Amino acid sequence: MLQVITFWILASVTVLSAFFVVAARNPVRSVLWLILAFFSAAGLFVLLGAEFLAMLLIVVYVGAVAVLFLFVVMMLDVDFTELKQGFLSYLPFGALVSIVLATELIIVGNAWTEANVVVPAGASATPEGVSNVEALGMLLYDDYAYFFQAAGLVLLVAMIGAIVLTLRHKPHIKRQNIAEQVGRDRKTAVTMQDVKSGEGLGE
Amino acid sequence: MTEIGLSHYLAVAAILFTIGVFGIFVNRKNVIILLMSVELLLLAVNINLVAFSSYLGDLAGQVFAMFVLTVAAAEAAVGLAILVVYFRNRGNISVEDVNLMKG
Repeated sequence: MLQVITFWILASVTVLSAFFVVAARNPVRSVLWLILAFFSAAGLFVLLGAEFLAMLLIVVYVGAVAVLFLFVVMMLDVDFTELKQGFLSYLPFGALVSIVLATELIIVGNAWTEANVVVPAGASATPEGVSNVEALGMLLYDDYAYFFQAAGLVLLVAMIGAIVLTLRHKPHIKRQNIAEQVGRDRKTAVTMQDVKSGEGLGE
Repeated sequence: MTEIGLSHYLAVAAILFTIGVFGIFVNRKNVIILLMSVELLLLAVNINLVAFSSYLGDLAGQVFAMFVLTVAAAEAAVGLAILVVYFRNRGNISVEDVNLMKG
């Protein structure tokens, strides 16, 4: 019974906060609602027995992505009330399409569950007496090792891309050129000059 | 109502997905909210994957949800980087002004 109550609480909080993400006037509030939505979705994952993904959701989404959003929202000095214009003009059409979409998806989900389609047994079931994290780790590092590496590459490319995009070289700023500094020798650094008396070195 | 089955989780994911699509429809100007809506869509997909994985007893779904999470994080990072560069160049983030390449 507690499980049922927990599900309804988590599900309703997830859906409500997701709605406020798109409806809030202030983007900072949107981000905070987004964090709440991710948090309750992590609770749903725990209910489903996917503890590792729940923790991952909190660490990756709440800890990294949502904070990144918050950072960008606060860094950009934008007049957000102006950006909210046009909200009402698209509202009726958007609501219509959304209601049809939600109804269709829920109908398909219910029909599929009712039909009791016989699904072939999963190739990678959780072994007996093994926790979710351990089973997931064995699967990830054995069967999906190459995909795991590819995911790492995706993150690497994303990191380099973000750095390349946002890096800017301002002109008129003196930077160290370490190779040039280290490559200096006596010939390039010292010159002998004949200085005539009373005239100085000049340029 | 007294027993939670697969269809309940599917319904939650469906509603979440719909809210994401709705957010993309109505917030036509604010790119930040658009990116957040995309995150909501990916979260809905993740809930679907995990629910099926749990009810069909196949862990592969959770592995896929993890990869979706990876791609979502990469997408958010690159998307926000593009947003910051765009803001630097134009001074605002309105989507409707993104017509620099129009001939």
